[in-house]
Amino acid sequence: MAEVVLKNVSKDFGSVKVIRGVDLSIADGEFAVFVGPSGCGKSTLLRLVAGLEDISGGDLYIGGDRANAKSPKERGIAMVFQSYALYPHMTVYENMAFGLSLSGGGKAEIDAAVRKAADILELTPLLERLPKQLSGGQRQRVAIGRAIVRNPRVFLFDEPLSNLDAALRVQMRIEIAKLHKEIGATMVYVTHDQVEAMTLADKIVVLNAGNVEQVGAPLELYHHPRNMFVAGFIGSPKMNFLATRVESVSEKGLEVALPGGGSVTVPVRPDGLSAGDMVTLGIRPEHFGDLAESGSETGLSGTVDVIEHLGEATLAYVKLADGTLATAKIPGDAALREGQDIRLALPGSQCHLFRGDETALPRL
Amino acid sequence: MNPRRFVARLAFWLLIVAIAVFSIFPFYYAILSSFRSGSALFSPALLPDRVDFANYVSVFVEQPFGRNILNSIGVAVTVVGFSLFLGLTAAYALGRVRFKGRGVLLFTILGVSMFPQVAVLSGMFELIRALGIYNSMPGLILANLILTLPFTVWVLTTFMRELPKELEEAAYVDGASPWTVVTRIFLPLMWPAMVTTGLLAFIAAWNEFLFALTFTLSAEQRTVPVAIALLSGASQFELPWGNIMAASVIVTVPVVVLVLVFQRRIVAGLTAGAVKG
Repeated sequence: MAEVVLKNVSKDFGSVKVIRGVDLSIADGEFAVFVGPSGCGKSTLLRLVAGLEDISGGDLYIGGDRANAKSPKERGIAMVFQSYALYPHMTVYENMAFGLSLSGGGKAEIDAAVRKAADILELTPLLERLPKQLSGGQRQRVAIGRAIVRNPRVFLFDEPLSNLDAALRVQMRIEIAKLHKEIGATMVYVTHDQVEAMTLADKIVVLNAGNVEQVGAPLELYHHPRNMFVAGFIGSPKMNFLATRVESVSEKGLEVALPGGGSVTVPVRPDGLSAGDMVTLGIRPEHFGDLAESGSETGLSGTVDVIEHLGEATLAYVKLADGTLATAKIPGDAALREGQDIRLALPGSQCHLFRGDETALPRL
Repeated sequence: MNPRRFVARLAFWLLIVAIAVFSIFPFYYAILSSFRSGSALFSPALLPDRVDFANYVSVFVEQPFGRNILNSIGVAVTVVGFSLFLGLTAAYALGRVRFKGRGVLLFTILGVSMFPQVAVLSGMFELIRALGIYNSMPGLILANLILTLPFTVWVLTTFMRELPKELEEAAYVDGASPWTVVTRIFLPLMWPAMVTTGLLAFIAAWNEFLFALTFTLSAEQRTVPVAIALLSGASQFELPWGNIMAASVIVTVPVVVLVLVFQRRIVAGLTAGAVKG
């Protein structure tokens, strides 16, 4: 059990800066998830914590000790790899016992640890099999078992579920969440799947091009994204962004113009903005309302370009007056046709406003 | 079957027969001649008239041929052992460790095998004399390593590179040292490649002639290829073809047996890594 603290940690490969001065603190027992688009450095950051890559600058503390120069083993970490990385010539039992046998534990002690982990992960009947005789989900469980057996202070997961099919992924996700509750160790988890991030994390770290964009609880990131990148990355389908202009400033917020006429008042602190300034209006697809039901006057009009029926909801891609394509998520089977005119209600309380430099205006 | 297909079939089988005859006939003729003696040696008959093991006996009686075989086995086995050990450890460094000049080093190693043996002969002679191992087995072992190491290192390096990097990283996270990774993770996975390269190294060392001829002096230190070449008959003008053929058959048999024993492993070694398992 240990907290993980990164202070101004950076990493370059030759002249390429992959991680640019990351400051981050993960509390003892916390489940932290690194998310970001591919190539953002999330896996590299995890490998820096693991000790598989050397840290170019800054300090890493695990459990209060500076760990920059320590080997993975001395750091007390265990890692689960995307490709599982099971030793192909060893049985499940040997795979799980390998780490302990290297550190010279007694036979009985190793046996007890392996059997306990196998019990937690329901691997007991498979202990004598070779990895090639296992299914993907079973291999993943062995990889997790190999990590548990060593009783590490910090668990590191590098996209552990991305090789599994959708149904298995959900099941394993729940198992990992249960595991975290059960053993209560600090866990750091890398994924590009934001559903995994939202469901598993106590704390999400959004990375972009080697920088931390925002750190926070899942719902905090969803409701209060600090900038356009986080707003666009968290939530699916992605938030709609409309370029617009400030009409007026009042104590109720900022009134901004809408494409195709009309305006909406967004309850945010003006922070020095005045009428005429260019801003970006953000609205999530699921926050558009039905104009008739809401009785509100503010709305966006456009023509339906494409419709996608998901069953529980309908996605309508609406071409607005200024030509931008907005996505609206309408609950249920909406009776829409392509080419049809539509008006979407725009509740001001659900909108986000971003400055010209893409940072969000704080909500009132 | 239409005539065109029949002709194609026939041509195909004729080709196979031709290839088989071409590759097997010399060996067959050697076996045939090893059973003959005297003027019968010069009969062109293709079927054995009688099976006579006199030549096989006289090979061992007239010179220390048993000793020569032991020398050959000693040299070849030691060369294989050294080649595989050095090859494996070098492959780890060249295939897994990032360092400056790795590519240059790899090509230098390959370059070593490009020189004809004669080119390195005199230099090697000086080296061996300076080390004081002339006319001894260590001298031959050292000389043979120059033939076997380049390709062992190359094949094992290529093979090592194919092994997933995560395996190594998982082992490091488990607390393994590089030595443990090589011996307990990579070695078991590299067995097919080790067997294949080991066998090739064995054959190279077993059949090596020029170094063995140059770096040995006494009949007791000779290896088999040299011993066979230097077999002499009753008089200076007689080449004992019967004995030579008998000796050749004797030294070919171990290689054939080895290849048959490891045949499946060799095929596995030559194709492994082609498809992800």
